Amino acid sequence: MLIRKSGSLASTIASSEITPQHTFDSFKQDRRRFLTGAAALGTAAIAASQLPAIFHPQQVLAASAPQYTVPDPQTPFSKASTYNNFYEFGTDKSEPAKNAHTLHTRPWTVQVDGLVKKPLTLDVDSIQRYRPLETRVYRHRCVEAWSMVIPWEGYSLSEFINFCQPLPSAKYVQFLSLADKKQMPELPGGYDWPYSEGLRLDEAMNPLALLTFGMYGNTLPNQNGAPIRVILPWKYGFKSAKSIVKFHFTDKQPHTLWNEIAPSEYGFYSNVNPTVDHPRWSQAHERRIDSSTFPHSIATLPFNGYADQVASLYNGMDLRKNY
Amino acid sequence: MPKRAILALKLLAHLLCLAPFALLLYRFQHDNLGPDPVHTITHFTGNWALYLLLASLAITPLRRLSSSIAFLIRFRRLVGLYAFFYASLHLATYIFLFSGYDLPSVLLAIRAGNPGAILQQWHLVWPTIAGDLLKRRFIQVGIFSWLILLALACTSPAVIMRAIGGKNWQRLHRLVYLAAIAAVIHFWWLVKPGVRTPWKVTVALALLLAARLLYSTLKRRQQPTKVRRTAPLTTQ
Repeated sequence: MLIRKSGSLASTIASSEITPQHTFDSFKQDRRRFLTGAAALGTAAIAASQLPAIFHPQQVLAASAPQYTVPDPQTPFSKASTYNNFYEFGTDKSEPAKNAHTLHTRPWTVQVDGLVKKPLTLDVDSIQRYRPLETRVYRHRCVEAWSMVIPWEGYSLSEFINFCQPLPSAKYVQFLSLADKKQMPELPGGYDWPYSEGLRLDEAMNPLALLTFGMYGNTLPNQNGAPIRVILPWKYGFKSAKSIVKFHFTDKQPHTLWNEIAPSEYGFYSNVNPTVDHPRWSQAHERRIDSSTFPHSIATLPFNGYADQVASLYNGMDLRKNY
Repeated sequence: MPKRAILALKLLAHLLCLAPFALLLYRFQHDNLGPDPVHTITHFTGNWALYLLLASLAITPLRRLSSSIAFLIRFRRLVGLYAFFYASLHLATYIFLFSGYDLPSVLLAIRAGNPGAILQQWHLVWPTIAGDLLKRRFIQVGIFSWLILLALACTSPAVIMRAIGGKNWQRLHRLVYLAAIAAVIHFWWLVKPGVRTPWKVTVALALLLAARLLYSTLKRRQQPTKVRRTAPLTTQ
């Protein structure tokens, strides 16, 4: 169920945007009862939020954002939550769904540091409550030439960046993910953990960039990057860092994990571009993973179909060089 | 070993070698190939081609351990041919699924009475395949391995062996080592940096090659007069 955006409702539920699924279900026939019960639910939500999210997928209340909703058929949740590149939980795409239950997503703190007015340590729940959540249905294109269409819940990263108050000298933002051998026993050797990704600040301020807390109407499953991640739909999926613990503002292009390990395969920009091949395969097509048994092969679009929103960020740049 | 037992064992060997293929068909029928079936099929057929190739290479070192299992040699060709079978499925997966060839749409078109779609799709993806062949070393080394297996499969019937002569046949069929090495390199070159999935098959291949080296060294020591002049590197 989707609660549409309305000023009064948004303020009523602000303290309990996360509500346990079972509690919520019993109320969803009767919206008025839900509204009066919201205060009581708040307590339950806080109690439930102490448990690992895997045991309690919690409904996230969000308003639909039609201007950010692609018409393509959606990927079923069962596929989007079992086919993940999250190397911290194993290098096979089926492994994160099996292994990520060891991740503790509450309590979760996020650091903001580097070139900001004041370094901050924030609780993820307060970040999630900072702005009303929107549901946006984005295309998601993996560098491995497969793609999905996924409804995400979050708000524009730009709003959070404004809250962080970066200094005028900040030109880039780096996302650092959790790397904890205790919670990630499969953490493979040979990589410079923690996972690091980054954007030029003007890219990060583009309204398409989504600070994300949920998918398919519920909190993010651990394997999809709980409890907080970014979604950058015009870039290859690996740019969209998962399980973020730090936002670092800097004046230099930050080192990013894949770019460092194989610069010819994973550029810093990594905008979806059908004319620039990966060294090992063409990027002209993608296998669209939807509800069909066998994915169709479809043509890949420049900037993953988001050219009108983001192409201007790269005016004057040679995108074959800055792949 | 009595003829009947060999026959029964051969039947069993056929069934065992076909079991992975049957499993793949079963998973396809039951919509159980995972979110990205192309990825699943690519890896499944590639893995089994490698496993069976290694199994065929393991037969000679194994039978040297004891004369009681010398009969194993009768299964080597069978296992080798199945390795070629899975390698060919792997190649077909690349051409008709991985390259961007939209097989589901082509099948729908055929059912709707438009078989021309087979070629239309081919024209669409051919540039991609040509590009792969020219540019990508993991594709090149994979094709190289498959071409060797093709040559060995074509020359595997006894008639052809007799026609080209045992010595020549043996020389040709030693290329199987090259095919196995190329297949393992193909695996390493396709995984992402830092991924170590191919290490198990690499160790297996290294052990099999080491067993052969050890055997030929021991043999040379036993027959010091023959050293080097006649190169007694028999693989049988």
